[in-house]
Amino acid sequence: MAKKRLIPKLQLRTSSYNPSKMVLVITKQFDQVYEIGDAVSQSKIYQDQAADELIFINIDKRDKDIYRLSNVIRKVSEEIFMPITVGGGVNTEEDFRTLLLNGADKICINTAAVRDPAFISLTSIKYGAQCVVVSIDYKKESDGTYKVYVNCGQEKTNLDPVYWAMECERMGAGEILLTSIDNDGMRQGLNLDVTELVSKSVSIPVISSAGCGSAKHFIDGFLTGKADAISSGTFFALQDQSFMQTRSHIKNAGVDIRIHT
Amino acid sequence: MIGIVDYGMGNLLSVYSAFDYLGAEVKVCKHPEDLLTVDRIVIPGVGAFKDCIDKIVSTGFKEVLDEQVLQKGKPILGICLGMQVMAKIGLEGGENKGLGWFDATIVKLSPKYPTLRIPNIGWNDVSFDPNIFLFKGVPQNADFYHVHSYFMDVNDPSDVVATYEYRQRVTAAVLKDNIFATQFHPEKSQDHGLKILENFIVWKP
Repeated sequence: MAKKRLIPKLQLRTSSYNPSKMVLVITKQFDQVYEIGDAVSQSKIYQDQAADELIFINIDKRDKDIYRLSNVIRKVSEEIFMPITVGGGVNTEEDFRTLLLNGADKICINTAAVRDPAFISLTSIKYGAQCVVVSIDYKKESDGTYKVYVNCGQEKTNLDPVYWAMECERMGAGEILLTSIDNDGMRQGLNLDVTELVSKSVSIPVISSAGCGSAKHFIDGFLTGKADAISSGTFFALQDQSFMQTRSHIKNAGVDIRIHT
Repeated sequence: MIGIVDYGMGNLLSVYSAFDYLGAEVKVCKHPEDLLTVDRIVIPGVGAFKDCIDKIVSTGFKEVLDEQVLQKGKPILGICLGMQVMAKIGLEGGENKGLGWFDATIVKLSPKYPTLRIPNIGWNDVSFDPNIFLFKGVPQNADFYHVHSYFMDVNDPSDVVATYEYRQRVTAAVLKDNIFATQFHPEKSQDHGLKILENFIVWKP
C-alpha cells in the first residue's frame, strides 16, 4: 500500500496591505482569516521538513485570478521538488491547463464540479484521473445531516457529502479532498464520522482536512477515519513542536507514514 | 545538454526546474529536430497513454526518437507516462501501440482487491538492484512518489531494475542499454529523486 500522507495546506488570498500580492493565511471556520506570511518561503520550510505533498488553495472570496495564482505556483515549483496540488477558482479547462503549465501536478476543483459534474469527466479524460482532485466542503445542519457547500463555503447545496464523493468518483475524479467547515482552524480534531463514511464509500484516495491540533488528531484520522492522507493549514503553520516529533508520534501509533532519513 | 521532449501535454516545468537546479544545461524541445543537438533526452509524462503516443507520433517525435535513442544510443530517461509509452502495447483507453522499446504491456493496477486505492497516489518503498549506477547514493527501500493507475508488465524480467509492493510487485524502473525509465517521479521525490536525476546527468551506459 502507499504510505499515508501528511499534507500542509497553504491557503492564499490577496494581501490586505498590498493588493498586487497573494499572501499565506490561516482561517477559522472559513470566516476569520489571519495573514501569516509568504507561500514560497513557507513551502521551502515544508520541503525541508519532508512533508509528503503540498496543497495550495486561493481562498479569496472576490479575487479568483488564475494568472496571479499561477505566478505563485511557478515560483514555488522552481524551488521545491515535491507534488503540488492547486485550486481555488478553477472553472474552465483553460484554468486547468494554465496551472498545470506553471508547475501544478494535480488540480483541485470544487464549485465548478458541483455546477457541472461533466467538468470532472472532461478534465479526467484529458489529463488523467490522477490529476483531478475534487474538493468537498461540508457543514453539519441543525437537523444533524451534512450538506456540501460551494463558493468558499458561502453557498449551501442539497448534496450529501458521501453521496457527492461517490458521484465524483463515478465521474472520474482521482482523489477527494474533504474539508469540514465547522472544524476548520478549531484544532479539536477532524470530523471522523464523515471521513470514515467517505473513505469506505469510494475506492479513490481520500484526503481529510480541517481540525488537526495535535499528533493524536492525525492518528485518529488515519486509524478511525481511514483517511489516506490528512491535510492541515493551521497545524503545520502554527506548530509548536517539531514536525519530525509529530511524525514519530504518528508512526509509533502504527500508521505507515514516510520517515525521511 | 539535456533535451526535454515537449509533445504538447502536461507539466514540463518541474522536470526542467529540477535539472536546472542541479546545474545541468537543459532545454525544452518542441520540435523533433531539436533532439539532434542534445546529448541526453528526457520524456516526462502526465496524461493518458493514447493521447501521449498519438501526439508523439503525429508531431514526428517517434521517428527522431527511434533514430537518436536506438541507433545513436543517446541516454534517455522516461518518467511515469514517459516510461509507459516505451512499452510495446498500452491498454489504457483501448489497445494502443507504444514506442515498443520494451517488450511489455501497460496494464491496470490490479482492481481485484476492493481495498486497493487506484490511482496509487503517494510514496512507496522502492527496492532496486544496487549495482545500477542510476541508483548510486540512494538508500535501499527509499521512498519515491508515484501517481498512476496503470503499470508496465514486463515480459523480460532482466529489464526490471526496481519494484515496489502494491498487493503485487509493481515495476518501478526499467533499464535496457541506454534506456532508463521510472514509474515514479524523481523530480517530485525530494532529495532521493534529485540524486537519480544527478546520476542520469553523468550516466555513461
